[in-house]
Amino acid sequence: MPLVLVGGLIFGFGLGYSHMARPEVVLNFLQFEDFGLLFVMFGGAAVTGIVFFVMPRVLDRAPLTGDPFERRLKSFDRNVLVGGAIFGVGWGLSGICPGAAYASLGIGNVTILWALAGMFIGAYLQGWWRSRATDDVDPSPTGAD
Amino acid sequence: MVADPVPLQLAAELFPNGISRYAVGGLFVGLGAAVIYVGTGISAGASTFLESTLSYVSGQSRFQQYVASRDWRLVFTLGIILGAAVYAVAYQGGAWTTDVAWWRLLLGGIFVGVGTRVGKGCTSGHGVCGVGSASKTSLAGVLAFLLVAILTAQVVAALGVTP
Repeated sequence: MPLVLVGGLIFGFGLGYSHMARPEVVLNFLQFEDFGLLFVMFGGAAVTGIVFFVMPRVLDRAPLTGDPFERRLKSFDRNVLVGGAIFGVGWGLSGICPGAAYASLGIGNVTILWALAGMFIGAYLQGWWRSRATDDVDPSPTGAD
Repeated sequence: MVADPVPLQLAAELFPNGISRYAVGGLFVGLGAAVIYVGTGISAGASTFLESTLSYVSGQSRFQQYVASRDWRLVFTLGIILGAAVYAVAYQGGAWTTDVAWWRLLLGGIFVGVGTRVGKGCTSGHGVCGVGSASKTSLAGVLAFLLVAILTAQVVAALGVTP
């Protein structure tokens, strides 16, 4: 747990430092006025890419949990595209994604509570709906998103 | 802030704020995810927090699958908020608030809440950890939300909605 907190701290600091925690910056990117944001995602992915590649070859299991090192692989189905598109509408409209929204609260942006409230409402709506759908098959309950 | 290399200063039109803030910030984002992965084997994402936290207050069957992970997700999110606060105190010099209209944040948030959960991930899960894993699913997810987000933002801007 302390390590997760430290990891979250670094993660959140990065979102603050990159200004990605500001919806305006994200919207500027999506409107092609500032392409810098590409460096945040791919810079982050470059670091995780190296670590995800190296760690399984160095250690068998994670020292704190004993869990094996695995890549983040999710099964592909139509939901990935449908959900991605719905997320895209929300991201393009508000300039906010989950991690950046939490970080935005940290930089003092109390207005972001509107977006956080919306996210919980949205997550609840789909949970309510999918709890009722009988043919709901999501084979990846343990994965982290 | 770190100074940009000269060739990149020439691309000022594409990067009016330079790239160092983005690149350095991105490295920290990746480092944060990497620290958690090295210690625990978890590839962290931010959007599952929404559902896992709902499991504290809702009995819906969909949320129960996240009961096992909801505690560390809460800690992770707390860390993100605190980390951003450290940035705000150290570099920003106080609180900063957005000018984006409340209804855009709320409505957009609802779409984000539905979409990230149906689509199995967000910018951190698919974007940082998934792309870092060279996962084809995540690449498809990133392309889907990036393209639609660009389209949406262009339409919203064309309609004259500012900010």
